[in-house]
Parts: sequence; C-alpha cells; structure tokens
Amino acid sequence: MKRGLIIGSFLSIIFMGLAFFSFIWIPYDIETLEISNKLKNPNLDHWLGTDHFGRDILSMIMMGARTSIAVALLAVGIGVVIGVPLGLFSAARRGSFIDEVIMRGNDLIFAFPSLVIAILITAVFGPSAVNAIVAIGIFNIPVFARLTRAAALPLWERDFILSARVCGKSEVRISIEHILPNITNLMIVQGTIQFSLGILAEASLSYIGLGAQPPTASWGRMLADAQTLVSIAPHVALVPGLAILLMVLGLNLMGDGLRDLFDPRIKGDRT
Amino acid sequence: MIRYTLGRLVSLIISLVIASLVIFSVIEIIPGDPASFMLGINAREDTLAALRSEMGLDQPLAVRYFDWVIGLLQGDFGNSWTYKTPVSELISDRIWVSLPLAIYALILSTLIAFPAGILAASRRGGASDVTIMGATQMGVAIPNFWFAMIMVLIFAIHLRWFSAGGFPGWSNPLQGLKSLTLPAISLALPQAAILARIMRSSLLDMLSEDFIRTARAKGLTRSQALWRHAVRNALIPVLTIIGLQFSFLLAGGIIIEQIFFLPGLGRLIFQAISARDLIVVESVVMLLVFTVIIVNFAVDLAYAAVDPRLRRKA
Repeated sequence: MKRGLIIGSFLSIIFMGLAFFSFIWIPYDIETLEISNKLKNPNLDHWLGTDHFGRDILSMIMMGARTSIAVALLAVGIGVVIGVPLGLFSAARRGSFIDEVIMRGNDLIFAFPSLVIAILITAVFGPSAVNAIVAIGIFNIPVFARLTRAAALPLWERDFILSARVCGKSEVRISIEHILPNITNLMIVQGTIQFSLGILAEASLSYIGLGAQPPTASWGRMLADAQTLVSIAPHVALVPGLAILLMVLGLNLMGDGLRDLFDPRIKGDRT
Repeated sequence: MIRYTLGRLVSLIISLVIASLVIFSVIEIIPGDPASFMLGINAREDTLAALRSEMGLDQPLAVRYFDWVIGLLQGDFGNSWTYKTPVSELISDRIWVSLPLAIYALILSTLIAFPAGILAASRRGGASDVTIMGATQMGVAIPNFWFAMIMVLIFAIHLRWFSAGGFPGWSNPLQGLKSLTLPAISLALPQAAILARIMRSSLLDMLSEDFIRTARAKGLTRSQALWRHAVRNALIPVLTIIGLQFSFLLAGGIIIEQIFFLPGLGRLIFQAISARDLIVVESVVMLLVFTVIIVNFAVDLAYAAVDPRLRRKA
C-alpha cells in the first residue's frame, strides 16, 4: 500500500505547509472585517469565498491549520513525554507493584469518556487553546504508556539487553540507550494516529466553543459560525469541513503506510 | 469465573470511587462562590450565609463529598441551582432523548458495519473490498458534526424529508423516531466505519484458522465456510467493540444534540455550564462516567463468559 503512504504524506504536507506559510504571508488579514464583502462565493479575488464578516476563507483556513496542528501536536507531545517514560519504567520493573499501579491508572483513564472529561476540564478552567491541549493530551498518556510497555517487554528478554546488563548498565540506561531506539518506529506510527485524532478532537471542542477563542481562527469554530448560514452560503460550511476531513484522512493514510513500511510482516490490508 | 468476576468487581468499585473523587475535586477547585453567583452582587451577607448553609457549602470538604456520594447512591443528585428543581428530575426528563438516540445509533452502526465488513472480508482484495475500505477511511476521518450539517443541508433544507432539528416528544413514537434519524445517522457513521474494519480483520483472522481449512476440506465453498463457521467466531471481538461504542455514542451525543437542538443530556450540560450550575454539570458528568464504567464492566464479564481462556488468564 505504498500509494496510501504517498497520498497521505502529500495531504499532510500540504496542510502543514499552509500552516507554516501563514507565518510569512496570508492572502488577507483575518482581523479586518469587510461586511460589504460578506458571504461571497469562491471567486478570483477570494479563492474559497468569504464568510459572514467578509473575511477571506482561504486565509482563515491557513490560520486555522496553525491552531489545529499546534493543539494536536502539543497534545501528542504530552502523551509522548509522560506516557513513554511511564511505559519504559513499567517494562523495566515488570511485575512490580509500581508497574501494576501505572497500568491500572492507565485503565482508569481509558474508562473515562474522553469527550465528557474534555468538556468538564474546559468548562471548569475556562475555554482556551491551552486547556484544549491539556484535555486532549491527558488521554494520549495511557495510549503511549501501554504501547511502550507492550513493545518494550519482549525486548527485555533479548540477548542484546542481557549483554548490556552484563556490562553493568543500569535499567535507566538500558531503557534509554537500547529499548527506546528499538520502539521509535512504533511511536512514530502511533503518534501519527494520535495526531489525526487530536485534529478531530480539537475541531469538536472548538466547534462547541470550548477550544481556541476568537480572534484565533480554528476550523471547528468556523463550522460553528457557518451552521446557521449553511442554507444561504454552503461553501462557508463545506470548506472547513473538507479541510478537517482531508487533513485527518491524510494523517491516517500516512500512519497506515508508515506501519507497513516499518514492519513489512504486518500487511496493511488486514486492519 | 467467580474469581475473575470478583477481581473485575473490585476494580469497578475502585474506578467508581476515583472517578467520583476526580469529578468532585474538579468542581471544588473552581473559583467563585456559587451562593453569591446565585444571589447576585447586591446580596446581603446574612442571606448569603443562610443560602450557603442551606446548600451545605459551610460543611467541611469530606462531609460534603460523602453527602454527595450517599445522595448519588440513593438517586438524589441534589437541587439544581438555577432551575431550583431536583437534578434527578432534570436528568430523567432528558435521558429519554439521549438514551434512545444512543441505542438508535448503535443499531444503525451495527446494521451498516456487519454486512460491509463481511462483504469486504469475503471479497478480499476485490473491487467491493477496496471500495468499502476506502469508504471506512473516509468515515473515520469525517468530523461527525460536519457530516450532520451536510445532512441537514441535503435532507432537511433541500429535500425537506426531515426537520432540521427539535424533538416533538414520544407522544407520537414515529414522529419522535423520525426526528432522531438524522442525528442517529451522523452519530453512527464514524462508529460504523470502525466496526466494519474490525469485523473485516476479525473475519480475515478467522479465515486463516485450521477449522476453516477443515471445513473447506470437507467440501464447503469459501463463502459457506465463512457464513457457517467464521462469522460466529469473528463476532467475539466485534461484540466487545460494540459494548465500548455504546459509551462513545452516549458521550458523542452531547455534540450532536447541540446541532439538532435535541433536549437531551448534552443540551442540559451546556446550559448548565453557561449558567455555572455546577451541581448539574457534576451530576451529568458523573452519570455518563458511571454508565461508561458499568458498560465496560458488563462487556468484560460477557467476554469472559464467551471466551473461557480469558478467565484463566485473569
């Protein structure tokens, strides 16, 4: 399934490119409202049309890409930075009381309905991009902790780890120098999947008004604004939705493709 | 089986206790005094104190936590600060929208996913497999609230087959069901895509098992072997996922209810958030978490009842 990897990477790179490019240049300033120019269909001046405040939708999509990608990436970051060390530690002390506590703690977080907790967190601490990152990030921790532990456990039985122990290396050093490099591929694949889930979660949160606050552009908020306009100006609702769809689709295809690339034994068509 | 059940029961109770502690403390650390919020800025100090003691806010934290938990166990969630009615009444009014919606969506998701997954697995690598797998990729990637908006645009605004939102109540069950149809479809779509993929891969795993080869050797065709032997065995992991999906559907309904203006738990929680009616927020969140944990527990038990290997492992 090389084709999926190529299409997926292409889509992901386009959106990340748009996000980076928005730091240098965007077609129109999204903070100036031009009401006389509102709800224009896509045309030569505004390639994707304008919204109900006369703002250029292409510019909004570029700025929104920034928000989505930043929130989702940082949420993955929280998962990796906390989850991977927990998983490594659990695997190094497999069977111990601490291992049990870490794993049961993970089960517990898994048992919570993530959306409800994210709503609770943002409702209590106030809606903001930072709280959205934390709310999404918390649920990435058990994902990475479990995966790391599961991947590290069989490695601990291998001969090269035994030789490292004979050399007198500590469990911490073995985990960092020998276990971690061997599970990086797996983490990259999972990171891509969690990244795409994060994009969807950020869109949901900002759609219900609990994500990034205006004037920060976000795809979910664009959709919320477009909801009442969908019958007069469908493009206002179509464009941000398509952006989310294509970005998530791209990341998923890329994740699947990378998994096949890293581990040719698992055929992509099985899952 | 008894040991396994007891083990799961202990972890169920621990989960519930921790969940209630987390939710209680999250609500507790919110700045601001609910009593002064309710009475406004011009309230007199003695009225405030009276209301605080009426709401139990002058009690120590631990006492309030235990009062709350004991109330929950007796079905008494306390009184809403804004509606002035028992929270349990507010919830029981709205659960008859949220629960049917989740069940409706679950049925739709299963009805779509089973045939799609079985067809894809039986035509592995063929045109229908590729099409179905492509469709599931899209289904997983579509934000369901956006899909809901598109469906409103097509089926409510252009074709006028359904109303764009609102709920007429259950006095006419058909009307009620009709108004939940678009919400249920938008809720079911991503779950159906996930379920179809799991159904397919679970079936493909089964098809490489020895008992299928034996069935084929007996002279069954590939599709006979699939229908008579593989599907039933492939259902075990699929049923687990269905159980887990129920909680996704119940929680996911929160957003979909917003789009279709359905008077369910989702709308209740958002109204309560904007009115800072925290006791309602706390109760609805606790109820949802409680349901999810109980459903997961039931799925674990059902799984162990079907698959004896799991019992021994535990």
